[in-house]
Amino acid sequence: MLKRTKRRYLALQIDSPEIFDSKEFIDAIWNAVTKLYGEYGASQTSLAMIDYNTERRLAIIRTANTTVDMVRAALASITRIGNMPLALHVLAVSGTIKALHRKAKQQIS
Amino acid sequence: MKRHYTDLHLCPSIQDAKQTQEMIDKAAKLGYRLTAITFHSNCTEQEIQQIKSICAEANIDLATRVDLKPNTPGELIRSLRKLRRKFEIVAVICDTKNVSRQAAKDRRVDLLNFPCTDFHRRFFDMAEAELASSAVASLEIEIRPLLTTEGAARIRLLSSLRKEAATAKDFHVPIVISSGATNELLMRKPIELATLASLFDLDKKSTLDAVSKNPQTIVRTNREKLCPKFIAPGIRLVKKGKDC
Repeated sequence: MLKRTKRRYLALQIDSPEIFDSKEFIDAIWNAVTKLYGEYGASQTSLAMIDYNTERRLAIIRTANTTVDMVRAALASITRIGNMPLALHVLAVSGTIKALHRKAKQQIS
Repeated sequence: MKRHYTDLHLCPSIQDAKQTQEMIDKAAKLGYRLTAITFHSNCTEQEIQQIKSICAEANIDLATRVDLKPNTPGELIRSLRKLRRKFEIVAVICDTKNVSRQAAKDRRVDLLNFPCTDFHRRFFDMAEAELASSAVASLEIEIRPLLTTEGAARIRLLSSLRKEAATAKDFHVPIVISSGATNELLMRKPIELATLASLFDLDKKSTLDAVSKNPQTIVRTNREKLCPKFIAPGIRLVKKGKDC
């Protein structure tokens, strides 16, 4: 029987004076993962954007459980989108969106 | 036991008080308990006290650091004689082989820093590691060049750093991971620095030690040595006077 893939949700804080649209944002993450781990590595991550809030500068992405560290390293390596500088910080990691919101709230407060 | 995270290399412009304050606040917000800021070798006590008060407000411990960039071993020895007791951390920027060898064998040096991205000019090989191991110097790996380089340069840098980390591990040379951040946006959380350090094939415990235990050991040991009661390693003045 095929084993179910476990997923992890990551809450990200966007640290930048600029505002980016969600496509630019997820493209930047894909680029960072591809640059660090190549296309083969990127294909293992199953990255997906779940939520993107420009006002609160928060984003939620989903990745495979086995590649959380790869994605974290790639996120930490992002320094700009286009010509605009930014830094991404992981606020919380969780297996469910509900728990992620709770953890992220604790981190912010 | 909960880890206390440390970033031993923040490089704000000391003259720019606003930027320095923002970076210190950011370090506290990112979860660091101790940070080291690079001062000029001829900085005044007043400048140090000013930064210390900013750190106290942000509830973060400050270690004073000086980066020596000598051209010859003799120049390094003279600088160490002059500055060792003034700063809590002494790092040597190793740009030439002679300087890096002298720095590795001198017990007054805390951190060996190899800034060059040209792999021909990175001198942390087995001989260097052996000297550093007996003199208890640590290898400092800065994350900033990894963030600011791209393409082939970053690939070569990663390859060099992986080799250096493996050599350091073989010779039991402690590794210290620091940000080397010159602005707020180059600062990362300690866990993020540790995750980036995993690109050098270090295991999780080693990467976490490199941002917590190893730098803290350096600061603790040096503070002990700089204390007026310190006499020699393991010997300290407990009491003085006629009734001893």
